[in-house]
Amino acid sequence: MTDALVLLVVVPIVASLLPVLLGGRFDRLGWYVAAAMGVVHLALSATVAALVIDTGRISYAVGGFEPPFGIELVADGISAPLLVLVSLSTLGVLAYARRAGPHSNAFYSELSLLTAGISGVFATADVFNLYVFLEITGLATYALVACGRSPRAALASLKYLFVGTIGASLYLLGVGYLYITTGTLNMADLAVAIDSVGYTSPAVLASFGLIVTGLLVKVALFPLHTWQPGAYAESPDTVSAYISALVSTAAAYALIRLIFGVYTTGFLDAVPLVTDVLVALASVSIVVGAALAVMQSDLKRMLAYSSVSQFGLIIAAIGIANETALVGAVVHLVGHAVMKGGLFLAVGVFTVAFGVRNVDDFAGLAGRAPVVSAAFAVLAFSMVGIPPAVGFVGKWNIVVGAVEAGRWSVAVVVVVSTLLTLAYFGRVIERMYFTAPATLGDTEGAAVSTDGGDNVTEASVGMRSVVVLAAVGTVVLGFVGSELINVIQPALEAYF
Amino acid sequence: MIDLLTTHYNYVVSVLLFGIGLYVVMGSDNLVKKVIGMNIFQVGIFLFFVTIGYVDGGVPPVVGHGQTTFVSPLPHVLILTAIVVGVSLTAVALALIIRIYNGYGTLDESVIKEVQVDD
Repeated sequence: MTDALVLLVVVPIVASLLPVLLGGRFDRLGWYVAAAMGVVHLALSATVAALVIDTGRISYAVGGFEPPFGIELVADGISAPLLVLVSLSTLGVLAYARRAGPHSNAFYSELSLLTAGISGVFATADVFNLYVFLEITGLATYALVACGRSPRAALASLKYLFVGTIGASLYLLGVGYLYITTGTLNMADLAVAIDSVGYTSPAVLASFGLIVTGLLVKVALFPLHTWQPGAYAESPDTVSAYISALVSTAAAYALIRLIFGVYTTGFLDAVPLVTDVLVALASVSIVVGAALAVMQSDLKRMLAYSSVSQFGLIIAAIGIANETALVGAVVHLVGHAVMKGGLFLAVGVFTVAFGVRNVDDFAGLAGRAPVVSAAFAVLAFSMVGIPPAVGFVGKWNIVVGAVEAGRWSVAVVVVVSTLLTLAYFGRVIERMYFTAPATLGDTEGAAVSTDGGDNVTEASVGMRSVVVLAAVGTVVLGFVGSELINVIQPALEAYF
Repeated sequence: MIDLLTTHYNYVVSVLLFGIGLYVVMGSDNLVKKVIGMNIFQVGIFLFFVTIGYVDGGVPPVVGHGQTTFVSPLPHVLILTAIVVGVSLTAVALALIIRIYNGYGTLDESVIKEVQVDD
């Protein structure tokens, strides 16, 4: 049964080969292969989740080489919900892409490859293996961002490639330092070995700095976020939704796993400067990200900067370093993925149907597309943190954790960021619902649409229902938030 | 100091490569040169890993030859993987550069910025 864990990576990799191999013969095979992959992936991740709920932690030795010498894959209460999230996001995005495109076989290959990479990041328990999966994720993302036909998309992708590669290389260098000092790459083994080397050994400190900096680049924390707005804004809407939901999430998960599973709280206690720096960086990111979001006129850029701010919250929770805050961080990882993915898809629907992308163009849209507008509003208010939606559950736990740890500054910053979040979403919703449309019959739609060149001019039922499902999902997740916490908590307890 | 340099020159060179690579990525306006810089940066890491895997007088860990000093092959295997990743990244980067050149007619980043502002 634990084979499901390795199949989560293997199935998408195999699926990514088929559209390219058979693409010459069957023109639109890609979507069907990817959809089949998504369904199998969901079955596998559900199996893994069921096993985790029963037994707490499952482990798989790749190739039969027992850890710590071989590569180990592990699923526990933190990674299992995220693996299910990967499956559901993949299926949602595929349902959307059925009509909206891009339709090329290469796109579906890249999407499957990205699914494999992200599943790998969530499943692996080996620091070098994590590097490989991060790079698979990175490579697939660069290719997906470049799916947009414009040279701007290629430029945004190349910028992302440079910054992402430097980040991953720093991570690799950090792994090198860890390997010199401990001689092992297995995460559980490293935790013991680092303790015996001593937390304040210069090599351990250097490795921590390199690994955390490398991963923060991938998370896109301010000021390492420069690649992110371009990448989100220039890629096709389908791609923006998928990568905003999962790619930074994978890096943030890796950060949680490494800081608490490898360096452990012993390291954080021995070097208290680390948590202070993380909290300070995160606080700046929360406020600056939100402030930059308020200033944007392009809605996709606004959502991108909003991610900078939201991931600041998650990094702040890591810096707070207590159980409550980390529960909040993991819930917010799941919640942010659903909310931000849904919001990007909603913007995609508006772009396809009405050709709007700027905040000002949204005037009066609620009258023309009531259902999707309502879904957008629900997702936006969830992001602000209004109960009962999931955005509230995550933020609430982070704030309570901050207060428990005596970090009042974080609590204040979160409240301020909530107001700023309300400011940037508020002005969109205000225009949608309370401003009369300026001029009707503005039919620039086809020219503005950023999908892969196939001029879709009408949003299909499938596209709309995915957005609505995401909105319903955030509310449902808010209500079952305590169940989710019950799954996450035992895995986090092991760290404290 | 001299002694340290003569025995540890590999490390010095790899740090130099990091610096040169990063400088080229950040300082150069030409996109192809940035790719080259990225490669130099990665080569620095490869050299670092190969160096830490080196054991003076060591042999491959094959039992039965009367040798006692063995070399762990792991760092080298890791770098083999990292080299493959590096090659793929270079390929993707160059493919993107071809598209950028077709779109803008230049590989100079500052010129591209001006073109974008004019749009």
